[in-house]
Amino acid sequence: MNVLVCVKRVPDPGARIELAAGDQAIETRKLGFTIGPHEECAVEEAVRLIEKLGGSATVLTLGPADAEEQLRDSMAVGADRGILLETEGDDWDPAQTAAAIVAAIRAAERQGSRFDLFLFGNESADAGGFQVGIRVAQALDLPCITGVKRLEAQANKVLARREIATGWEVYEVGLPALLTVREGLNSPRHPSFRSLMAARKKPIERSRPERDPVGLELLRLRLPPDRGTSAEMLGEGKAAVPRVIEVLKELGVLQA
Amino acid sequence: MILAFIEGERNPISPLCLQALTFARELAAGQGMPLEAVAFEREAGDLPGVLQRHGVSRIHRVEHPRLDDYAPEAWAKALAQLMDRARPQFVLAAATDRGNEILARVAAVKNLPMAANCIGWAPGSPPVVVRQRWGGSLLEEAALHAVPPLLTVAPHAVEVREIETQMEASLETFSPVLEEKDFRVRVVAREETHPEGVSLRTASVVVGGGRGVGSADGFRVLEELASLLGAAVGGSRVATNNGWRTHAQQIGLTGNRIAPDLYIACGISGAIQHYVGCKGSKNILVINQDREAPFFRRATHGVVGDLHEVLPALIEEIRRIKT
Ligand SMILES: Cc1cc2nc3c(=O)[nH]c(=O)nc-3n(C[C@H](O)[C@H](O)[C@H](O)COP(=O)(O)OP(=O)(O)OC[C@H]3O[C@@H](n4cnc5c(N)ncnc54)[C@H](O)[C@@H]3O)c2cc1C
Repeated sequence: MNVLVCVKRVPDPGARIELAAGDQAIETRKLGFTIGPHEECAVEEAVRLIEKLGGSATVLTLGPADAEEQLRDSMAVGADRGILLETEGDDWDPAQTAAAIVAAIRAAERQGSRFDLFLFGNESADAGGFQVGIRVAQALDLPCITGVKRLEAQANKVLARREIATGWEVYEVGLPALLTVREGLNSPRHPSFRSLMAARKKPIERSRPERDPVGLELLRLRLPPDRGTSAEMLGEGKAAVPRVIEVLKELGVLQA
Repeated sequence: MILAFIEGERNPISPLCLQALTFARELAAGQGMPLEAVAFEREAGDLPGVLQRHGVSRIHRVEHPRLDDYAPEAWAKALAQLMDRARPQFVLAAATDRGNEILARVAAVKNLPMAANCIGWAPGSPPVVVRQRWGGSLLEEAALHAVPPLLTVAPHAVEVREIETQMEASLETFSPVLEEKDFRVRVVAREETHPEGVSLRTASVVVGGGRGVGSADGFRVLEELASLLGAAVGGSRVATNNGWRTHAQQIGLTGNRIAPDLYIACGISGAIQHYVGCKGSKNILVINQDREAPFFRRATHGVVGDLHEVLPALIEEIRRIKT
């Protein structure tokens, strides 16, 4: 089974988002970068599948040159090779992103690659567009199941479950297919020192993608109004307990 | 005309869908356009009655012998065909799993832009929406360069309002042309789960724990407090990543969104990805030993202290009161 996983480099903003000058991006100078939890699960699932069924896992990202870090992280937990579609690091809309990924997949296939399964996160952690995977599936005429949280794969088909309020919806499709997955699908492994070193030597193919005209154009980012509460401090340590009890009573959580 | 996608999940219209209808109606009024609706599900109760009270003037009921359960490709193709015929200027849905999926598929089929999780809009050409990024911790103003743009409406972006003077909604049947292949992705089975205990999403009190809890065992005091208060137990991503809690109990951007009367957050720092999952809480009591923890700035009540000291003392006191 050959799996292609698509991931996105995003900042990890901690407790507060700050905007960079121009309001087009988050101020990231002091931040670390990561891939979203959904995508971590996608990478882990790809690695488990090839461990079980053989084949190879390729990880692809569209982003700035620095996104190499996220490809290396993914290779450190078991992906075999990387594809970096290098941009200037500005915001690409979901349709532009999908079109560039489709072009890269077609190019890889022209060079002899064959993918049986394509894995995406259900939505990116930052922009949250909920559509890149679906657009890629449409362009490549692949069956697509979104929001997958349980997966059983065989050599030629997959059984996937999606969680809804009352339980699970079960889907079954033949391969090749495209799935968008959610955190909770598995527990991603941590890389070892050795696997981190090994990942440095794995191959990455770089190219500059074509960019379609924009459809959903980012004009400006802004912060939502803050709730502006300042907590009423009830005390320190055990000494706070009497005030906590009073508050629980005031809120009707404890019977007075 | 503005077209709203109605979702029932087999019940009469979900609250999120009613919110999306209110949003769509305000958009329609602002644009001077009528509001119409498209519905797929057969068991959606008194659909015309409800939709009429929300200002819908025409309902397109999609009928096809094979559309008995959810099949996203077939639903999207049917909606795309309806759009070709009815020519809406905007298409909206609630930003639910299904709403996002169907509109994204239509966007892909028809090569249109789609904006997920919108909370507002501004008239003009091109139209501009305000949408959520980072689960609502950041807002984006974006222009939509095609007609009709597709929007999903973020949960709680507007409050549901019915209209005062209602008109009769006409009901029309729409029969899409679908092939076997359009049903290659469909629900083949459903499995119901019956979660034990109090559900996180509906609990009126939630006790949450993070890295500060220290271990799976450490959660026992949280469970004890929860059982005394009839509360559900949840955790931060650190708690679920460490296996102290299951992912189903995670609160945050990639976990559950909770909205209890009281959220008691123990040993959690208050990262935005956690906060977006609990910002709907009416009250937040933070217990953290670091008085500089960012969570205190977004809480209503705070206790500075070691949770493993504070919680046992609190539990003892509640027990004493209860007996
Ligand atoms: C894309 C993305 C998505 C994410 N999604 C989620 C999500 O859905 N949910 C989520 O929670 N996180 C999510 N995260 C992770 C998030 O950024 C934080 O890393 C995480 O919430 C931190 O968890 P924490 O507060 O338990 O741990 P920490 O940030 O390490 O905080 C622990 C806190 O416990 C306090 N403490 C320690 N010991 C004690 C004690 N004995 N008594 C009292 N206090 C103590 C410390 O002072 C500290 O404030 C996501 C991250 C990314 C990048």
